[in-house]
Amino acid sequence: MILKNLSEIFGPSGNECEIRDFIVETIKDHVDSLKIDKMGNIIAFKKGKNKNSKKVLLGAHMDEVGFMIKSIEENGMLRFLPAGSIDKRVVIGKNVLIGKEKVKGVICYKPIHLQRKDYNNIPDFDSLVIDIGSTEKKDAEKYVSVGDYAVFDTKFEKKGNIIKGKSFDDRLGCAAIIEILKERYENDLFGAFFVQEEVGLRGSKAAVFNIPADYAIVLEGTSAADMPHSKDEPDYPKMGDGVVITISDRSFFVHKDLFNETVSCAKENKIKYQFKQPMVGGTDGGEIHKSKEGVKTIVFAVPSRYIHSPVSYADLRDYRSMVDLTKKLLNKLK
Amino acid sequence: MKNLVKDLTSIIGPSSYEEPVVDYIEKSLKGKKNLEIKKDALGNLIVRKKGNGKKIMVAAHMDEIGFIVKHIDKNGFIRFAVVGGLFPHNIIENHVVFVNGVEGVIGYENKNFNWQNIPKTDEMFIDIGAKDKKDAEKKVNIGLLGAMKPTFVDLGKRISTKSLDDRIGCAILLQLALDDFQTDNDIYYVFTTQEEVGLRGAKTSAFSVSPDFAIAVDVTGTGDTPETHIMEVKLGEGPAIKVLDSGMVVRKPVIDFMVDVAKKNRIPYQLEILKGGTTDGMMIQTNKEGVLTGVVSVPTRYIHSQAEMCDMDDVENSVKLIKEILKMDLSKRGF
Repeated sequence: MILKNLSEIFGPSGNECEIRDFIVETIKDHVDSLKIDKMGNIIAFKKGKNKNSKKVLLGAHMDEVGFMIKSIEENGMLRFLPAGSIDKRVVIGKNVLIGKEKVKGVICYKPIHLQRKDYNNIPDFDSLVIDIGSTEKKDAEKYVSVGDYAVFDTKFEKKGNIIKGKSFDDRLGCAAIIEILKERYENDLFGAFFVQEEVGLRGSKAAVFNIPADYAIVLEGTSAADMPHSKDEPDYPKMGDGVVITISDRSFFVHKDLFNETVSCAKENKIKYQFKQPMVGGTDGGEIHKSKEGVKTIVFAVPSRYIHSPVSYADLRDYRSMVDLTKKLLNKLK
Repeated sequence: MKNLVKDLTSIIGPSSYEEPVVDYIEKSLKGKKNLEIKKDALGNLIVRKKGNGKKIMVAAHMDEIGFIVKHIDKNGFIRFAVVGGLFPHNIIENHVVFVNGVEGVIGYENKNFNWQNIPKTDEMFIDIGAKDKKDAEKKVNIGLLGAMKPTFVDLGKRISTKSLDDRIGCAILLQLALDDFQTDNDIYYVFTTQEEVGLRGAKTSAFSVSPDFAIAVDVTGTGDTPETHIMEVKLGEGPAIKVLDSGMVVRKPVIDFMVDVAKKNRIPYQLEILKGGTTDGMMIQTNKEGVLTGVVSVPTRYIHSQAEMCDMDDVENSVKLIKEILKMDLSKRGF
């Protein structure tokens, strides 16, 4: 299952080589042309069946949240920085993989026996270290070096329609584009896989400058909110309730005509959809829609619980809804 | 012109929902055959008065701060997210209007209230008088936008209402577009969108217009109320020519040019140094290779509240100043 590969492959923001190689290898026989730009984005092109077709950009980001090793202590412990936004509270005690050789490590913190209720305080990233089982700097330096990246060490699992793993934000979007690129549509299609989304929508900003898109559809993994709540507050999007359509987030408002067309297309084809909570988060759509003279943009996502943590869940039926809706639009947009 | 401002400020047009403002402007410009009008993907309204001279972009934003529906609870109360700089202390127990005309009032969770702490906006809700969720859902839905209720107060020379930021700029641009003054310059009046959420409309419109010179028209704060920040700008002392704000430094040749025009035409003016905030000017100035950009600001008190106040003399003088600038041969200044 390609989702297993996509979820497990190493690719934190700024170090997308492995995931990029995998995607290129997977799509190269299905597209008319393919290039990698100066930022490291993949831009694939597939001509439409219709001669007077519109140009649609389909984008997802390859990078995932991770860490960078910033120094090695005398005792062999590794100091690190987060790459992308990660809740400090979810990293303690988690397994990580470091660098090209995938050296195993664990993010360590004092065991409870050695604490005086330190656990009441949330530690800063500055006070945390990654332990690779070395006891001195010299030894640690054999395995890792300053500037190496690390990601969560998580195996992909599947049970019925439910998948569990890391990096569903945004490898689910990558999987969808890979699948969509296998067919030809009425409209011209640019399939783009961006770098460095998690550190500030950087890849898409450069990529879209050279893509003459009439429309853009961004495919994402977004946070599901169907977990216990202490008061009557928003609990959507929910896993299993369909593809998530963004009305607005902190980077973007949807193009109204495109939004209306999308919703009617979903209804027509009985594709399950739901909305994202307005004004939450941001995606590559933020950079794309205000590129050059402006691009009519919409963002779809698969709702996923606990994104930006070592483990997320998602429902394959929502993924299917996202792929189906996108395919329908690729033939429909005029 | 007061009526024009009253009309424009009574429109509900939060960021991304500027269409009602567009409609009003288009209706006002109907029959002006010398103007070309187009819209772009972000909804900017670009009104061109064609000429053979330099390309000048004059920009004012149509959008206002507001809010968006996030959740309707079982009792029919509405939770919302803010759109732009809608500040908690300005909105408690204010009346609000949704873009579909439904009205309401902003309430807040008060079980832990104390006078020292202003509740945050996620501790507030909008009460539309619904008896439960079902009843509320007949009137509003997730994603519906709204803004503060217009309350135009006529104080003579001075007026006070919501969204002078930046309908006052729209009024100035509209007044200029309606005026058949002579100029060789190629003028683009750009009514921009989504300024309050990050100068987004200005970005795409500046890219497509690609002007030789630009003027953003917006409001600025004042230093003339009791015990306020130190700031030279006062209400009624003339349009403010921007020197600096937190997003841009206006180039010296541009400031000098605007000051010269004001002096030559005996138009009162003030120099503006604003500590917080910025305008579309910032985005236009850094477009492509960079654009020589100035800002004409209308001094305004109580910005981002339901009771923003400005002086109509400053508004009229802003029109005069910009008109004189638009008549100038910019190549003589090396622009």
